[in-house]
Amino acid sequence: MKLELHRLKVRRLAWGSRTAFDKGLLSIDRSALTDLLAKDGRFRSVTLDLALPGESVRIIPVKDVIEPRCKLDGPGEVFPGFIGDVETVGEGATLVLEGAAVVTCGAIVGFQEGIIDMSGPGADYTPFSKTCNLVVTFEPVDGLEKHEYEAACRMAGFRAARYLADSVRDVAAETIDTVQWPPLSEAMTAHPGLPKVAYLYMLQSQGLLHDTYLYGVDVKRILPTLVSPTEVMDGAVVSGNCVSACDKNSTYAHQNNPVIAALLARHGREINFVGCIVTNENVTLADKKRSSAAAVKLARMLGVEGLVISEEGFGNPDADLIMNCRRAEAAGIRTVLITDEFAGSDGASQSLADAAPEATAVVSVGNANARVVLPPMERVIGFPREANVIAGGFDGSMRDDGSIEVELQAITGATNELGFSRLSAVTV
Amino acid sequence: MTYRVVHYINQFFAGIGGEEQAGQKPLLKEGIVGPGQALAAEFGDKATIVATVVCGDGYFAENMDEATETIIGLIASCKADAVIAGPAFNAGRYGTACGAVCTAVKDRLAIPALTAMYPENPGVDLFRKETIIVETADSARGLRKAVPPMASILLKLLEGRELGLPAEEGYLPQGLRKNLFRAEPGAERAASMLVKKLRGEPFETEYPMPVFDRVPPAPALKDLKGARIALVTSGGIVPKGNPDHIEASSASRYGEYDISGVSDLTSADYATAHGGYDPTYADGDADRVLPVDVLREMEREGIFAKLHDLFYTTVGNGTPVAMAARFGREIAVKLREAAVDAVILTST
Repeated sequence: MKLELHRLKVRRLAWGSRTAFDKGLLSIDRSALTDLLAKDGRFRSVTLDLALPGESVRIIPVKDVIEPRCKLDGPGEVFPGFIGDVETVGEGATLVLEGAAVVTCGAIVGFQEGIIDMSGPGADYTPFSKTCNLVVTFEPVDGLEKHEYEAACRMAGFRAARYLADSVRDVAAETIDTVQWPPLSEAMTAHPGLPKVAYLYMLQSQGLLHDTYLYGVDVKRILPTLVSPTEVMDGAVVSGNCVSACDKNSTYAHQNNPVIAALLARHGREINFVGCIVTNENVTLADKKRSSAAAVKLARMLGVEGLVISEEGFGNPDADLIMNCRRAEAAGIRTVLITDEFAGSDGASQSLADAAPEATAVVSVGNANARVVLPPMERVIGFPREANVIAGGFDGSMRDDGSIEVELQAITGATNELGFSRLSAVTV
Repeated sequence: MTYRVVHYINQFFAGIGGEEQAGQKPLLKEGIVGPGQALAAEFGDKATIVATVVCGDGYFAENMDEATETIIGLIASCKADAVIAGPAFNAGRYGTACGAVCTAVKDRLAIPALTAMYPENPGVDLFRKETIIVETADSARGLRKAVPPMASILLKLLEGRELGLPAEEGYLPQGLRKNLFRAEPGAERAASMLVKKLRGEPFETEYPMPVFDRVPPAPALKDLKGARIALVTSGGIVPKGNPDHIEASSASRYGEYDISGVSDLTSADYATAHGGYDPTYADGDADRVLPVDVLREMEREGIFAKLHDLFYTTVGNGTPVAMAARFGREIAVKLREAAVDAVILTST
């Protein structure tokens, strides 16, 4: 499989009479895109806003962040199972509007969504203060059932992201990255002397706003399976997941999975990276055991010596993380885990809900209970009163002057467990 | 400005005597005594040791509350800006006294305090979470090396500056997890760590695994017929409107609610406050999480004697273990006082 990523670097966004790209400026036809999204009869209103790095803007409550991409060439379309068909993706050419993002925003179940600040102390913690954001805010028609509302928001985000890229598909790329992914028969004998390594890619799958999709399939219904990095880059894995937004993988984080990037960067030099095993994090013990057993079985079938394991979420999924670690280590496969911590706002509590002596190599992406005060912003996009009941907020989080005191867990992507950011924690 | 510092030492370092003088009661000496010389030199003109409080190690160990009370009074009388104690090196009773004094100073006088000792001094385990302890050698030969970090950390605390990492500053880790930004993103660090682990090269985990507290289950009830049974949940079921504002995540409190006379939790009166799972089904029928309806039927059928009038509830979602352990202890005491024989614990 060979995938070319054709990149255009977006540095500014503006409204325009048509959607176009010129020297870093992405102009967006506001009414055309609003009309496209409003076709979904489940919305009472669809509002578009722009939020640029450094602006005094707060976006709340955030559902998902998506990088605008579309297929230029090759089978299928980005976000298979949602846009276009369900054809296998990851080959041909894909246009990437790097530096731009679609942010979806709407109050679905009240207390379960995230915050993005474009400037100030909160901006240091979210990756999406550095992207040029098109924010899409929804209100549902009266009586819309919550699962339906979530599905409508999710779809609209993908449509908007695909629309932006597709509208400028004729612009020549500024840079082209090529990823070659060999068949297993070649991969198994390539790079003799280097250890074979795979990526165990854990996806949360626990119900409304806790779900992830693979080719449109709710991953709570999958058995662990193999995917190539190029499929992930084309949006084979997408988010329906934003509760305690700090450590939920937005679709943007999947499209730009940094673990895949880090392993590809070492491929052929320090390791032989042979594949990604996607697995789920279901709620029952039998499901956890089944998925863990099957994921480690795939790693053994590949004959890998090492696994990077990334968790999604915290608490209940800590059990999946530790189970995966123990099974792999017992099978002689060395593991490194990526997790965040919930050590209390004072940092004095133990950080995980499960632990094992086999987990000797852990990357911490930070203590999500740590608190931060977000000062008032000149402009708020969305529904600011949600701060009092958002996960990571508490009664009185929203102060009269418009500032918010929250735990990092309320900030979108603050402790992303794909290792997106530099945040970590140490013992002092 | 020059800060006013009070130094705490034992009878030995005050030159009063060894073990035979360990019963020395607390006393205040003007100015600098013993190891205070080295500290004063290190402070320069930034801080002055205005007085030294001396107490025998034996007296302190045998009269901890009274000694602490007297010592706090002596320190307060000096209008101190900060207190420095020791170093205690590997002297166990001295280390314990230094830790206790610093903790009391911090709690009651609300001024900075620190001490110094050898990592294996029993005072370290007792007080490391409460007070800053500078690492020293096991004997007074280590004084010269201990003094610079003691002085520099105390000055930082006085000036309200943030401390660096324990290894950089020279104090023993307090066991608190603190956020920082590292040079590389997490994914890069993970890939590098895996390469090292596979090559058998040394690497440092960013989170050493904790040792878990395992609670053995209580013995089973022999006779259910006479039993009073209570419901406790971490599934967040609360009276509608969440009257005690239990947080959707990282709960800082639990609720106690009366269900006497309630035989069914309806969506009109009950909902979940939990932010960690799909609330649709719990909000639709809270009995799915807190099975009051089924237990009332069993109570009527006489399978057990009584469903306890109160239920206890919190949100188990990113809730720090230390907080959860406190809820558990408090709820258990209340249940025992109410002569409850058994508890059904439900999650989500």
